[in-house]
Amino acid sequence: MTMACKRATELMSLRLDRELTMVEKSSLRLHLTICRYCRRCEKQIEILHRITAGRREDKDGCD
Amino acid sequence: MTTEAQSEHSMEDRQALQQRLSAVRPRLLAFARLQLSDQVYAEDMVQETLVSALESLHRFRGQAKFETWVFGILRHKLIDAIRLKGREVTAEHDPDELLPDIDELFDERAHWTIGARPQEWVQPEASCERDNFWEVFDLCVFHLPKNAAQVFTMRELMGLETAEICESLAISEQNCWVILHRARLKLRGCLEVGWFSKGEGEV
Repeated sequence: MTMACKRATELMSLRLDRELTMVEKSSLRLHLTICRYCRRCEKQIEILHRITAGRREDKDGCD
Repeated sequence: MTTEAQSEHSMEDRQALQQRLSAVRPRLLAFARLQLSDQVYAEDMVQETLVSALESLHRFRGQAKFETWVFGILRHKLIDAIRLKGREVTAEHDPDELLPDIDELFDERAHWTIGARPQEWVQPEASCERDNFWEVFDLCVFHLPKNAAQVFTMRELMGLETAEICESLAISEQNCWVILHRARLKLRGCLEVGWFSKGEGEV
């Protein structure tokens, strides 16, 4: 029994603000192997975080 | 009158850039008002930003996006104010304000509801090169409850760490993480509907 999607989304967000514990990391990874919607969500949240950081940079291109 | 500094841009360039400055003003103001408790201070800071931008137009080189460059000037002013004066200047965090509502995203088993399941995005990385992507992005941010929009912009657009955000807003770090989680999910959904499902991500 793995965690539910809601908890997985909490961890993928938290990961951008602090390092996850080993237990958090492995339970998130396990959930992502079985849930494609969460895999998409994780990828998209990460992209948004990255391009937003790029927007702060005074340079060409935003990535 | 043409000074040496100005001569790097032709008069037409300067006029065009000044027009773009006026056009970007409302967005700068919305952003400053979100962060600062004193609305007059927010207007002053935006005014100072526009003056600084005009004075240093000669330093603006085409490789940076113009709006990003002006926005960067305001961002530095805001970060300085928050770091120097903290709670005195930041817009007060209303503890009674509702968090972004994510109930409709998950069912009773805490799995995605059918309508909320994340869809494939086409070439999302290229979107940030498109001018109106950030307009849609900002609309989605300002659609969040005010507290959430404030915390989200401090974290993602100003690049502050959560510890610093909590300190200046007098909220717990746990609270900060809960707000950011909900804000990111809402923003993801809003951009999917407002941008990525329209094939805008396609280039």
